[in-house]
Amino acid sequence: MDQEQSRAQSRKRWQTEYDRAKLRDADWETMSGVPVEPIYGNAPYPGQYPYTRGVYASMYRSRLWTMRMFAGFGTAVDTNLRFKDILRNGGGGLSTAFDMPTLMGHDSDHEWSIGEVGKCGVAVDTLADMRDLFADINLGGVSTSMTINGPANIIMAMYIANAEETGTERSRLAGTIQNDLLKEYQAQKEYIFPPRPSMRLVTDLIRFTSTEMPRWHPVSVSGYHIREAGSTAAQELAYTLANGFAYVEAAVAAGIDVDDFAPRLSFFFNSHSDFFEEIGKFRAARRIWATWMRERYGAKDERSLLCRFHTQTAGVSLTAQQPEINIARVAIQAMAGVLGGTQSLHTDAFDEAMALPTEDAARIALRTQQIVAHETGVASVADPLGGSHYVEWMTDEMERRAEAIFAHLDELGGGSILEGVFAGIDNNYFTSEIANAAYRFEQKVNAGRRIIVGVNDFTEGDSEQRDLLRIDRTVEENQLKRLSNVKHDRDNSAVRSALDELVEVAQDSTLNTMPATIKAVQSMATEGEIVEALRGVFGTYVEKATM
Amino acid sequence: MSDRDPKEEQAIAEAAAYGPMRVILAKVGYDGHDRGVKIVARTLRDAGFEVIYLGLRQTTSDIVSAAQQEDADAVGLSLHNAGHMTLAPRMVEALREAELDIPVVVGGIIPDEDIPQLLDGGVAAILTPGASSDEVVRAMRDAILASNR
Repeated sequence: MDQEQSRAQSRKRWQTEYDRAKLRDADWETMSGVPVEPIYGNAPYPGQYPYTRGVYASMYRSRLWTMRMFAGFGTAVDTNLRFKDILRNGGGGLSTAFDMPTLMGHDSDHEWSIGEVGKCGVAVDTLADMRDLFADINLGGVSTSMTINGPANIIMAMYIANAEETGTERSRLAGTIQNDLLKEYQAQKEYIFPPRPSMRLVTDLIRFTSTEMPRWHPVSVSGYHIREAGSTAAQELAYTLANGFAYVEAAVAAGIDVDDFAPRLSFFFNSHSDFFEEIGKFRAARRIWATWMRERYGAKDERSLLCRFHTQTAGVSLTAQQPEINIARVAIQAMAGVLGGTQSLHTDAFDEAMALPTEDAARIALRTQQIVAHETGVASVADPLGGSHYVEWMTDEMERRAEAIFAHLDELGGGSILEGVFAGIDNNYFTSEIANAAYRFEQKVNAGRRIIVGVNDFTEGDSEQRDLLRIDRTVEENQLKRLSNVKHDRDNSAVRSALDELVEVAQDSTLNTMPATIKAVQSMATEGEIVEALRGVFGTYVEKATM
Repeated sequence: MSDRDPKEEQAIAEAAAYGPMRVILAKVGYDGHDRGVKIVARTLRDAGFEVIYLGLRQTTSDIVSAAQQEDADAVGLSLHNAGHMTLAPRMVEALREAELDIPVVVGGIIPDEDIPQLLDGGVAAILTPGASSDEVVRAMRDAILASNR
């Protein structure tokens, strides 16, 4: 078969896929009435291996990206109101931010929690908080994303227990829990246990969801935090995908077939300000994932090859100076995410450099996505930049740089990316590379070689007056009262025996900790109590401090 | 001819006479945002300071004992999670209780309206997002010189 025939066949296959897809009710024409095709250029087309041009044949013609806005503050009751607001305003999915004590596996009444309860997200100590968080929301009808890592399995157990109490079976639950522990040691630093026991817990949830929760994504492999910590775009790409390979190797080593879980791994990237670099990064991510999954890990199911990802605009790019101009930054970054083919998007609010977003700022951020979706026309054509000399070169360049990093990790791990990633955590490879990149960038800003508008140039016009979201101190008092009520009303002997059972299961690495974790949360054991019980088995991770 | 103002010239001369300045940097509480503090650590190091970075999740008593052991001239606290109104005064108080007369410099996400109260409460200087490396070095140096006058 010559090249021309093969091209024609690709086109035909794409057309079949496209014709089969259900399309949105919209007019596929420019604002001036010029009709446009769903795709331009050459094979491989969107929806075709190696998926550089997109994971689906019809892309946004079938379904726009999910406009998933991250929210969470105060008590569960406060956040529940914000959730309902988001659903009313046309947001398609919920995304939960937890406060620092919850993320670190401590209860609100832990001595370290003073001053932190409900500040950076919602406080969840027990199943009672989870009930209030999702009160009056049909969990069978929304997809929920929960951004939590160290105690992910405990929060997942609470979500399942609450759903089943309110009549939604676990098999119908749709959503994502971040549960990406590797990037915690590399960048975000919200770890609890050491890397290897953490990997056991991640693998437990992967196994549990692969049999019981077919619509749930048990890990969202996240580069977002790696980038926020100061990495370059290529490092974000490479470390994230390497972490993804590590989860695949760990799950396969635990005896799970690659095609039984890989279709439900999802990714989470940052969209920063260097427009074409970001688009190249997104395109390269799809190509690399597909190639490695097929070639190295032997995935057969096509869905295992798809790098589907959530994108968030770069929080770190937001300036405290002249905060209104962040709206422009966010719009450009959102556009890069969409042109890069993201499946869902969070746009940052302009006032987020200084505090959690106010309601007005969060609304403007959502409206920004809606402008991109409905006014700009970019959603009519899949991979509209494909074939651009610069974009194709950038895609290749991102891939080359990532491959060099994979080769290093593979060598470090003696032929295993999983071991290479563990070794890179142990010897501070990731943290020092990220800190070096952050410092280099900062030096360029300081030397005026990189302009940040409003910070080191164009600084006039900064107004003094700012309305910031303030979390009332009464939130902490309320939460402490809620927690002490739960502790007062529960049966402490049931809590003790549920925790004992969990410890026993945790000691045997051939068993899955998820069922015992669900029992523990149902006994009204607190998150902190469950974490403490597991620390007894797994130990606690302490980072070596390096500059 | 220098383009520095005379006050700056004087501060540089005083700093040179003072000798190497030792600074403890740390993050307290849960907050894991360490990009900024690592940049500050390297910036100060490159400007001739002796920097001891303790890392994440230090308690105020960890920091006090490090300051005593290292004979530190200042403590730098990095705070990004809205806990500054609790954690910064607690640090100032802990040093005072240990009778360590050294300045506390706070860096991170600190809203403008909180700055006066923190300064009144004994924090020597505050560095907010966008601070240049010059500003970082100057704030730390001036805080140390001022506390020794």
